[in-house]
Amino acid sequence: STVLEGLKYANSHEWVKHEGSVATIGITAHAQDHLGEVVFVELPEDNTSVSKEKSFGAVESVKATSEILSPISGEIIEVNKKLTESPGLINSSPYEDGWMIKVKPSSPAELESLMGPKEYTKFCEEEDAAH
Amino acid sequence: VSRRYFASEADLKKTALYDFHVAHGGKMVPFAGWSMPIQYKDSIMDSTVNCRENGSLFDVAHMCGLSLKGKDCVPFLETLVVADVAGLAPGTGSLTVFTNEKGGAIDDSVITKVTDEHIYLVVNAGCRDKDLAHIEEHMKAFKSKGGDVSWHIHDERSLLALQGPLAAPVLQHLTKEDLSKLYFGNFQILDINGSTCFLTRTGYTGEDGFEISVPDEHAVDLAKAILEKSEGKVRLTGLGARDSLRLEAGLCLYGNDMEQHISPVEAGLTWAIGKRRRAEGGFLGADVILQQLKDGPTIRRVGFFSSGPPARSHSEVHDESGNKIGEITSGGFSPNLKKNIAMGYVKSGQHKTGTKVKILVRGKPYEGSITKMPFVATKYYKPT
Repeated sequence: STVLEGLKYANSHEWVKHEGSVATIGITAHAQDHLGEVVFVELPEDNTSVSKEKSFGAVESVKATSEILSPISGEIIEVNKKLTESPGLINSSPYEDGWMIKVKPSSPAELESLMGPKEYTKFCEEEDAAH
Repeated sequence: VSRRYFASEADLKKTALYDFHVAHGGKMVPFAGWSMPIQYKDSIMDSTVNCRENGSLFDVAHMCGLSLKGKDCVPFLETLVVADVAGLAPGTGSLTVFTNEKGGAIDDSVITKVTDEHIYLVVNAGCRDKDLAHIEEHMKAFKSKGGDVSWHIHDERSLLALQGPLAAPVLQHLTKEDLSKLYFGNFQILDINGSTCFLTRTGYTGEDGFEISVPDEHAVDLAKAILEKSEGKVRLTGLGARDSLRLEAGLCLYGNDMEQHISPVEAGLTWAIGKRRRAEGGFLGADVILQQLKDGPTIRRVGFFSSGPPARSHSEVHDESGNKIGEITSGGFSPNLKKNIAMGYVKSGQHKTGTKVKILVRGKPYEGSITKMPFVATKYYKPT
């Protein structure tokens, strides 16, 4: 699966793109590949907050429900409402149109604890081999 | 992303097709003590749709095939199940339910009368140990009173399910017997692809199709031959799509939609209780079940359509005023209908088709309505 340069990754398979004061969060190509076709996305309300490693939403595939964990803490400034009508964007464009929330990070240092692209690629390979 | 779903792999049993699954990209998961393919390279969505458009081949060898033999095998089995076994013609069968003393379901099972002195049945993998213990205990008592019955557990055989519109034309290439005379529920022992098989025209998808009990040593060859003869249109299909297909067909999954405390009447399987059995009883829990038939059950299994996230088992069902009226037992997104479907139990009186309900998913109520099952029309092969 594709892993992009310039993003940070959590071991629960979410990505963060940090630009200025905004961090965009979604799930990785690897994650959507394992889930299969996404049929419903549950998103948080605007103007709520998220905490590192806590669930902020859920992605439903045909057979399974998966909680989405936030890689960092912060205030939600925008949610991707397109996913309500088109949950399949998570599959077709996990890093672009399929983003889930935008957050104003409350402790930017949390980003340092996440994996870079090389480390995440290796992490996925090891996880797949273990299954 | 944290999966709520799959348990870890331990000391799991393997079917004769295990290596074949792995070689074909099967994602193996633990299921009822077996390592089974949840899916192959095709997505669950694509596999489910392909079964109804073309066909699917499933390895269901984790299920337990069993023969009861002896001149009293029919009256013996009738003490344990609700079916009119005596009334079945040789070579025909039915879905039935093993009941307990309280009228609850121990398991559901497809039984076939091979001859008046031979019954072949298949029970669920997850119920194998308790079913066999239950049958054995009653068989001992029955024999001690002079009854003639014995059993053979078919652990030397595999079980393949071939389902969908291409099932019959593909299988016809592999046998000289005329399959057009074998109707839904019928059974025949015959040569398929060079080995002696038990063939039942049945399945768990709502489609026309077969379950083929084949000696272990011929199982891989038969699977290969079926895939080859279909020119790639019949696809290996895992348990994920199998569950979507049975849900679309409105069929119960034991352990979800039917349990120890649920009676066949509550589960909507009154049709499976033979007429003679309704009059005579004579099976475990008959007093409870016959009373329910008279008074009507207090809860009933129904189908649902819903908006929002797919309802899953244990989602609460509320009426429009917010009172709990029942619970979902199975639910998901229907790949063929492209919408959420579910089944569950509600209080009698609130079970009418069209009743508006709210289904709670992660604490939030979503619109739903009670609907008829099957969700997708069944295509069983019956005489016209």
